[in-house]
Amino acid sequence: MGTMLKIDNINVYYGAIHAIKGISLEVGEGEIVTLIGANGAGKSTTLRTISGLLKPKSGTITFEGKEIAGLAAQDIVKAGISQVPEGRRIFANMTVMENLDLGAFIRKDKEGVQKDLKNVFERFPRLEERKNQEAGTLSGGEQQMLAMGRALMSRPRLLLLDEPSMGLAPLLIREIFSIIADINKTGTTVLLVEQNANMALSIASRAYVLETGRITLSGDAEKLAASEDVRKAYLGG
Amino acid sequence: MNSLRKTDLIMLVFGVALFIVLQGLITGRILNSFWQLNLIILCINIILSVSLNLINGYTGQFSLGHAGFMAIGAYVSVVLTTNFHWPFLIALLAGGAGAGFLGFLIGLPTLRLYGDYLAIATLGLGEIIRITIMNIEYVGGAAGFMNIPHNTTFTWAFFLMLATLFIIKNFVNSTHGRACIAIRENEIAAEAMGINTTKYKVMAFTIGAGFAGVAGGLFAHCFYIINPTSFTFMQSFNYLIMVVLGGLGSITGSIAGAFAVTFVSAGLASWPEFRMIIYALMLILLMFYRPQGLFGYIEITDFKIFSRFRGGRKS
Repeated sequence: MGTMLKIDNINVYYGAIHAIKGISLEVGEGEIVTLIGANGAGKSTTLRTISGLLKPKSGTITFEGKEIAGLAAQDIVKAGISQVPEGRRIFANMTVMENLDLGAFIRKDKEGVQKDLKNVFERFPRLEERKNQEAGTLSGGEQQMLAMGRALMSRPRLLLLDEPSMGLAPLLIREIFSIIADINKTGTTVLLVEQNANMALSIASRAYVLETGRITLSGDAEKLAASEDVRKAYLGG
Repeated sequence: MNSLRKTDLIMLVFGVALFIVLQGLITGRILNSFWQLNLIILCINIILSVSLNLINGYTGQFSLGHAGFMAIGAYVSVVLTTNFHWPFLIALLAGGAGAGFLGFLIGLPTLRLYGDYLAIATLGLGEIIRITIMNIEYVGGAAGFMNIPHNTTFTWAFFLMLATLFIIKNFVNSTHGRACIAIRENEIAAEAMGINTTKYKVMAFTIGAGFAGVAGGLFAHCFYIINPTSFTFMQSFNYLIMVVLGGLGSITGSIAGAFAVTFVSAGLASWPEFRMIIYALMLILLMFYRPQGLFGYIEITDFKIFSRFRGGRKS
């Protein structure tokens, strides 16, 4: 299993605030890796730095052997990384179909796009039922599915998911996570950021624990789920 | 695509028919010179409101500098026709290109600003343009530029308006237009989709400014003299009122907004103090009963009657 994404000692600032203090992590090809931690630990900031929405002040991010730190967001999407942003951020006044079209914005291969559209509809049948409906009228779970489907339309090799469980009912969270596991099985590597550590650890192979901008623990997801420290801090006993 | 072309064709036929009727009314002297001038001003206002809508409505960037770009187009074109005797159309296009180029230069740094900050920056920008012109002796300074040839006829104004509508409508329906709308809907998501947000914001700003320049040229050639007081920020507000009234994100709406504002203003020509009261009332009522504007995001071609011409709507 080769290393797909390698982050080496990045530092990220919001103005004067030092949000990420020298994080290093790796994601192997075909893995699901999760970043867990409390609110404000820097999980989302790390994802946004990978996808180019934020620029690191120092450190390197290598994706498939290529340095991507500091590249513009559109070049990172073209390199094969796609992000499902926190809070879904769908285009509410556009139809489901238009949202999915925009997901394939950087692609020129019309046939490939049609094929991927079919795949997305197979994975999320509810999106096909509602393809001419305005995205803002979808339920929370459906909006999360749309955000994921939209991200898949760029045919990423690495999918970044930011808090997919946010604001969803427990039953829906289960459904979303089984879909994530399935997306991974069909060949997409996943880096998942979650506050719901229980769910995240249940589908991930490895995990990193973030605390105030630093990685404090890392390792096998199962072992972390069993560890006393993690249980106390993030799994509610 | 095919049905889009068909809609364009229907609108063109409709436009030409409308032109023939109005031109007939003008040649037959049924419309006096006051209403003739107002018809020309209406066409110019439509160009301005539709081009401002591209920036404010479709791309969601709050610009208040439209009168400034209009001024650039006006002054560039009057210098070219009056002092250098260039053909009218070429001078208008040069004015548009000049305004567009300035829009591009200014858009690059200012479009990194969001919301209120962008509004303030563009408001200031429009004033800087106006005051700069006021201090250039060559174009007459505060006294204004005189001896402008009276080139703008109803025909010129009408067909340049049609061309503007055609170009902006097709831009909005293109991939570029979708990128702009995505930026309005959610800038972070648009960026995450791989849309180069700066590029598309600057593109919309440049095109909008360019058409404002053409409109400025048309406006200037309606009169014997222009001076910088015609291009104050109150003018920018007027165009903004047209866009908001009609609906941010609807070309049909901008036309309706331009129509309403132009004729309210013409009808109240003898009581200019009342204009602002009427505008304020219109906007207050609008915010109460229809905050998305008269047309919202809807175009006239979206109505059912048009689908009959196209042979049913594709879904």
